[in-house]
Amino acid sequence: MIVARDYVFMCSEPGQEIIGKDIRDLSLNRVVVAACSPIMHEPTFRRTCQKAGLNPYLIEIANIREQCSWVTEDKQMATEKAKALLNAAVKRVYYHQPLEVRKIPFNPNTLIVGGGIAGIRAALEIADSGHKVYLVERTPSIGGHMIQLDKTFPTLDCSACILTPKMTEAGNHPNIELMSYSEVEEVSGYIGNFRIRIRKKARYVNGDRCNGCSLCQEKCPSETDSEFEAGMGKRKAIYTPFPQAVPNIPVIDTDHCTYFLKGTCRLCEKVCEANAIDFGQKDEIIEVETGSIILATGYSVFDPAHIKHYGYQRLDNVVTSLEFERLVNSAGPTGGNIVLKDGSVPRSIAIIHCVGSRDRNYHDYCSRVCCMYALKYAHLIKEKTGAEVYQYYIDMRCFGKGYEEFYERISSEGVGFIRGKVSEVTDRTINDEEKGRLVVVAEDTLLSSMIRVPVDMVILCTAMEPQQDAEAMARLFNISRSADGFFLEKHPKLDPVATNSEGIFVAGCCQSPKDIPDTVAQASAAAARILSLISKGEVEIEVAIASIDEQLCSGCGVCSSICPYSAISFDDEKKFYKVNEALCKGCGTCVAACPASAITGRHFTTEQIMAEIEGLLI
Amino acid sequence: MEKNSHPVTPLKEVADIINEEGGAILKLCYQCGICTAVCPWNTVRDFIVRRIMHQGQLGLIDFEGEDIWLCATCNSCVKRCPRGVEIVDIMRALRRVVTELGIARVPDSLRITIKNISGTGNPLGEAPDKRADWAKDLDVKLYSEGTEILYFPCCIPEYDASVRRMARAAVNILKKAGVDFGIPGSKVNCCGESVRKAGDEKVFERLARSNISVFAEMGVKKVVTSSPHCYHTFKNEYPGLGGDFETIHLSQYLLELIRENRLIFTREVNKKVAYHDPCYLGRYNDIYEEPRQVLESIPGLELIELPDCRENSLCCGGGGGRIWMETKSGERFSDIRIEQALAAGVDILAVACPYCMLNFDDSVTTMDKGDFIEIRSISELVSAAI
Repeated sequence: MIVARDYVFMCSEPGQEIIGKDIRDLSLNRVVVAACSPIMHEPTFRRTCQKAGLNPYLIEIANIREQCSWVTEDKQMATEKAKALLNAAVKRVYYHQPLEVRKIPFNPNTLIVGGGIAGIRAALEIADSGHKVYLVERTPSIGGHMIQLDKTFPTLDCSACILTPKMTEAGNHPNIELMSYSEVEEVSGYIGNFRIRIRKKARYVNGDRCNGCSLCQEKCPSETDSEFEAGMGKRKAIYTPFPQAVPNIPVIDTDHCTYFLKGTCRLCEKVCEANAIDFGQKDEIIEVETGSIILATGYSVFDPAHIKHYGYQRLDNVVTSLEFERLVNSAGPTGGNIVLKDGSVPRSIAIIHCVGSRDRNYHDYCSRVCCMYALKYAHLIKEKTGAEVYQYYIDMRCFGKGYEEFYERISSEGVGFIRGKVSEVTDRTINDEEKGRLVVVAEDTLLSSMIRVPVDMVILCTAMEPQQDAEAMARLFNISRSADGFFLEKHPKLDPVATNSEGIFVAGCCQSPKDIPDTVAQASAAAARILSLISKGEVEIEVAIASIDEQLCSGCGVCSSICPYSAISFDDEKKFYKVNEALCKGCGTCVAACPASAITGRHFTTEQIMAEIEGLLI
Repeated sequence: MEKNSHPVTPLKEVADIINEEGGAILKLCYQCGICTAVCPWNTVRDFIVRRIMHQGQLGLIDFEGEDIWLCATCNSCVKRCPRGVEIVDIMRALRRVVTELGIARVPDSLRITIKNISGTGNPLGEAPDKRADWAKDLDVKLYSEGTEILYFPCCIPEYDASVRRMARAAVNILKKAGVDFGIPGSKVNCCGESVRKAGDEKVFERLARSNISVFAEMGVKKVVTSSPHCYHTFKNEYPGLGGDFETIHLSQYLLELIRENRLIFTREVNKKVAYHDPCYLGRYNDIYEEPRQVLESIPGLELIELPDCRENSLCCGGGGGRIWMETKSGERFSDIRIEQALAAGVDILAVACPYCMLNFDDSVTTMDKGDFIEIRSISELVSAAI
């Protein structure tokens, strides 16, 4: 030990300079910093060492904050623990070896999964900078949930009007290869070099020939509920989900096509002048290579039938927010007329907030958009029908730019605000005024009184929830999910677009419920992160990885069978196992498992670990 | 707390006491009011549960008022609370503050009942050695070591002649099915459920520990209860105090006997019957199907559902010590239930709880509807058909 220093902000410029100066002046060959978690500042201090001419791996951090002072209540014990941690680091660093960072080329192509507003936005950002994007969308068209929405708060822009230009741009962009009606099946590789297998599902329509005349859809005899219309309207078995679909190529839904079900029909084939119908079409498997991936797989809508007391699917005219978006949309099933099931115009409408959100019986979290779109509905209802509107809210959350002002504007339009969680929507009435109507029951918590409001329609502001297959997707891409089921970002504040898997980013509602402005911002951020990786052109790979001593390796293969990254393979010529240095993450599983002790974890050698333990036991 | 026209100041000391008495989960309440909106009291009078939660958070509870004694612990609010606040536990904590610290008066009828249970081991204040008198003429043995089942009728059927019929019917069934069972003698006490909900934790613990040791001494392995209240307490609260025996409700046991062909129906009960889900069987223990299946297996019986059933069942009003307190005419949930049953045109309202039976019998009498509807326990209906 040559020198020990105490400084209040060692990570600051002057603090780093102290270390650098000592390294230079005293010719130090090892450094220990006792400070916060290495997750925070290990890169900082490694750079300091490097600048002063010392190999960056010759430093060790003793974490005396997160793992010591923050979690140890007794001050004296915390001090003793800090001393032990510091001693351990000093003992360990003695055995550190200089390691050289290696770089590999970065594939400038990007895979984006999900063609909603997040995926489209990120795709355009990257493609506009001149790089190739594969945009994979599961459904027949890009557009996502946003294309289903009527107006957007707080500006009341028409959602389709602002989105369709972006969809068309993405569909026609020379750098975007749009794969609609396709799904990712397999992902291998690592940052800079991913290999992805994509299944392009058979549309039974030849996209090169189809001219989008839609005659096939007119003539098709088989009808089913339209997903785009949230079940409020119908579509044919051969269909494009909506008129502005990108690509404008129909697909045949084999679950409803008469030919696929019964073996006869083929009416679409007969009427197609372009000869584009191809019943013999098969799924295609396409393999692509990319350097990075953005997951923008969106959200799913909570099924309010779980809350029996709200009467969804039991009582007429109880609709979800997404259904209402279609109902109020001028291109929707009613031509934008807000009408009841019997075709009449409602005189009074209740909007119930937090349906499935902020409720530990369903989802703990706030879905973040409902307060605002509920205000938007009030405006649209007032404008189109003049009906009375009652908002049943718990807390109004109007946090974004222009949101509070929107709240004020809608308030001025004469909307009833009832603070209370609805206990039930019922058709059991108690007086003539209620007869034949839906009665919404709650405590008006500001009046401290029970309140019953008879209405004609009830809109349920249903929670956003993770996609049904979020778990499978997380496994496919080897990323984590948070407790609520959404994809987990690397850091909630400082790295909200990256994931724990290097090179894989998230954008939009697959990470957490969010509105359109936040989704777009996150998508742009993910694109920016990827562009910076692309412009670097190469990527540093982990150096603290496993290496196998070929003299000691008996070729038993235990390491290869347990490696979670498939990084170990058999060398047929030399007859021993070897580590793919680009794939190895340095987890140490093989090191522990090797019966011949032939594998060393670099930077985590047995000597280093034993010395560290010895240091702890002062 | 009375409506204040003057400013109030939070009383942290009181809030702390409520926390200590088991009300800590109160802190989670975000004042949405769904508890008020689902509370059956609000069908007959104002009872702003949410406001009590807020008063509790600030330590501004009116311990002198009647509000904290109203809750019938039906558990409807707890089932729907979005923050998982155990409102029944909060009510219990508020009552504990009164009973244990003596800062206000416990309502008279409740105080007398607690005194009775504490002194004699049963709420009616009857002599402990008369506990088995209800079955004197039935040729039933007292439970002794080695008997398979302890049939635990609950103090009410044991001591109150008006609802004795449910226990006597149970004995008839058990005997016909050839079950090896015995009934409790003088050493056994009230299970303590209502005492606990009334806020007297000490008396509850004393009763529970006494029962647990008596059961252990007698080698009790399996208890069949008539009352969902005894069932809930034995099954969910005694284990924490050392209770180590299996508990099942009579309706569940009857279904077992039917399924094993140990009960053979020989007669029809040609009646239209509605089943009333007791809170402590349904909402507390998710037992909805077994009682219905027992009733449906009775030949000739037509089972129909009332408007508020299963998890939405309308409380009879007897839980949480309310069975010992007077409820004003016009505010009785049991009256509403009888009206529902009459509107549905049923001949019989079937019950699975002695408290429900007491309350409904009372409602039928005071409403003078005895010619139109009968209150029968499931055991009576089964007994009539075998």
